[in-house]
Amino acid sequence: MKTAVEPIRELKLAGITKRFPGILACNNIALEVRRGEVLALVGENGAGKSTLMNILAGLYQPDSGTISLNGQPVRFHDPNDAYARGIGMVHQNFMLVPNMTVTENVALGLKRLHRFMRLDLKDARRMILEVSARHELPVNPDAYVWQLSVGEQQRVELIKTLCFGAQLLILDEPTSALTPQETDDLIDRLKRMSAELSIIFISHKLNEVKALSSRVAILRHGAVVFNGVTADHSPADLAALMTGREVVLPRNEGLDLGGAAILSARGLQVRGDRGHLALDGLELTLHAGEILGLAGVSGNGQRELAEALTGLRPVESGTVTLLDRDLTNRSPAVMIAAGLGYIPEDRHHEGIVPSFSVKENLVLKDIGTRKFSFGCLLRLREIARNAEHLKARYDIRCSSTAAAGGSLSGGNIQKVILARELAREPKALVAVYPTRGVDMGAQEFIHAQLLARRRAGGGVLLISEELEEIMNLSDRIAVIYKGRILKVVPSLEATRERLGLLMAGVADE
Amino acid sequence: MNSFKLGYISGVILLAALAAAGTGALVLTAVGASPLATYVTIFTGPFKDMFGFTEILVRAVPLILVALGIAISFRSGIINIGAEGQMLMGILAATATALYLPAGLPHLVLLPLVLIAGAAGGGLWASIAGLLRARLGVNEILSTVMLNYIAAQFYTFLLRGPMIDPGELETGSGTPQSMRLPHSAWLGRLVPGTRLHMGLVLALVLAAAVYFLLWRTTWGFRLRAAGAEAKAARYAGISVERSLVTAMALSGAFAGLAGAVEVTGVHHRAIENISSGYGFAGIVVALFGALHPAGIVPAAVFFGLLLVGADMTQRSAGVPANMILVLQGVIILAIVSAKMYLNNAYAQERVRRFFARRPALEPTQPGGKS
Repeated sequence: MKTAVEPIRELKLAGITKRFPGILACNNIALEVRRGEVLALVGENGAGKSTLMNILAGLYQPDSGTISLNGQPVRFHDPNDAYARGIGMVHQNFMLVPNMTVTENVALGLKRLHRFMRLDLKDARRMILEVSARHELPVNPDAYVWQLSVGEQQRVELIKTLCFGAQLLILDEPTSALTPQETDDLIDRLKRMSAELSIIFISHKLNEVKALSSRVAILRHGAVVFNGVTADHSPADLAALMTGREVVLPRNEGLDLGGAAILSARGLQVRGDRGHLALDGLELTLHAGEILGLAGVSGNGQRELAEALTGLRPVESGTVTLLDRDLTNRSPAVMIAAGLGYIPEDRHHEGIVPSFSVKENLVLKDIGTRKFSFGCLLRLREIARNAEHLKARYDIRCSSTAAAGGSLSGGNIQKVILARELAREPKALVAVYPTRGVDMGAQEFIHAQLLARRRAGGGVLLISEELEEIMNLSDRIAVIYKGRILKVVPSLEATRERLGLLMAGVADE
Repeated sequence: MNSFKLGYISGVILLAALAAAGTGALVLTAVGASPLATYVTIFTGPFKDMFGFTEILVRAVPLILVALGIAISFRSGIINIGAEGQMLMGILAATATALYLPAGLPHLVLLPLVLIAGAAGGGLWASIAGLLRARLGVNEILSTVMLNYIAAQFYTFLLRGPMIDPGELETGSGTPQSMRLPHSAWLGRLVPGTRLHMGLVLALVLAAAVYFLLWRTTWGFRLRAAGAEAKAARYAGISVERSLVTAMALSGAFAGLAGAVEVTGVHHRAIENISSGYGFAGIVVALFGALHPAGIVPAAVFFGLLLVGADMTQRSAGVPANMILVLQGVIILAIVSAKMYLNNAYAQERVRRFFARRPALEPTQPGGKS
């Protein structure tokens, strides 16, 4: 598009070091990416990936080290400098204005279209269609962003970055909010795009790294610990390099602990946000000592089910029974008191109060109990002690338990929620996408905790899109389709293919 | 690095002070007053005698009370712009209680009743907005501002009609004011010969109480949780709707109490313009004090100084009253902007880069070429 930009043949980082108060975020990092290459950058939360990419995108200045493009040293003082040289970043959280059209969103950042009192939207529209055709990224330039699915918004971000003239794309966990189908689609498209671009791909998901990248660099504690050809290494090797130890995702050992029914839904009818029947006569029973996996393509009623069970969404008809008590349409407080735990989908705004400290978040549900308050007075010392205890036990990494919950990384926020919910020893636990977007180490830990809850006699309803996670952990797998349970299969009889068909609405037998 | 930060902070404060003083000087020069004399009067005038000094605190009392209420509502996620109206309703309730209860009640009975009535008046008036928000989702900014208009007209109506001092009708002067409150409903004076009253003690005690309520009780914990992230609060079993109504009522009660204290402590009767804009200034004080009692008290005293200093300037330096309002506005804007700059890490980084003069390409720190 911008013909003035010299094509990027090679980008080289050497000796990049960046210090923040108290931590060495990047320690003497050397990397290179060539045209037509996809470099995967992996590492645990807090390994320094984001800092490094922010340096490359001109948001931060390195304390030392050099960046060179095509052999020439360059220095980016701000993101515009980086863009002018053809480096574009797609952030994990989309930077789009929802109530503007795709064209308007792209035009927003294209300064050269902004003339005195006039904005050349036609030109922007033409550019979008051109880029969309060239890179096979279908999009309707006249659609409003709020009308688009998450996958489509991701495409708009890519088109926007390309319209700005990017030749080297930095993608920060681009798949973390996508459904498995959207993820496969994106990876296919990126693969084709990489022929004429360079791509740096940041991800936790090693199967995606394997599928897409030609080379992989692993960061640990701010340093590159591995840099090599992706094809030469298995995901397990990479996981071990990433965490510095061997990672084995724990499995359900399969012994039937069979217990009584603890949580059940009968003929549940619940409306979704848009007023449609999101659950239409759903039947489900969770037993003590079992993990019941709920598989399904997202948007088939999973969120509504979780909210109806936890008292957050009104039930139109049908019943919710917890430990033989009919608790249909009771308040969340009643459900919590009755022994129901809940790990919500939106961990940043529902699972924690972001401005509250870690220790406050750890007692969010139990502040009124005798343990943490006396009459209406808070027992601050007890609250602090509880936080220190859970921090150690659940390996929550934060500078102090007085730090704001929202300042933690996604994986650590999830551990805060997990710690709070499990410490309450819930009879039944509803866990929604518990490992979405967290790194391998945290994933292993969360899985082990869910299995421990099962062994202790609790029931876990595990709602997930990751078939592997569901198959590894569950005793039984229920498949949800259009607001009903299509079928419940014992985990041992489940295969990816069979579940895939069920998820698509094809009932077997 | 630390020396940079110190320099940055003092630089920002100095610049803010200069900007405020400079803009103010322009305005003052334009109306033909001496900027220097005016500034000297504002900031030293009130300290020349006991009366000036105590007046600062007299102004600070209603500001503290209103701002404490505002802090409760803002922290609980509901924005109360209606303190002005709630204050007027508090004044009416307090005045009516003092005047129309059977005469002869002892001080220790009547005064608390009057103050409680004031708080109840403001609290009930605010609950209208709270209930509308919780039940019907009516925007509370809209409703509280509208309720201000209604309260103002209702106040004027009562003072000109049903509650007017019969003496005013007899003499025919018709000043819209109520009868004088009985002595037993007056707040005691703290310093004889000045207007400083026991309301100051009450305000300070309540400041401590609000801190305690918000940060040391389960009640405050739930209010703050609902205010900081309603979704998470609902998830944790907190009734957000109830929390909104409670917070609004409590916020209004503080404004109503401010009115009751003003009428029992200073004026001893309900008069027009009694609130002198405290209801709005209280919002600024609350935000200026970072919605925390420990910040609100000094912020209110500072505002009290500005108010008293402005009065004095008007008398001694011959600067028109409205110019003083302009000056106040400029000073507040400068301070608020300076605070933003002090807290903004990005701004700090930009300034650092500007002074670092782009120290060439070579590494400045040992990266370790291992």
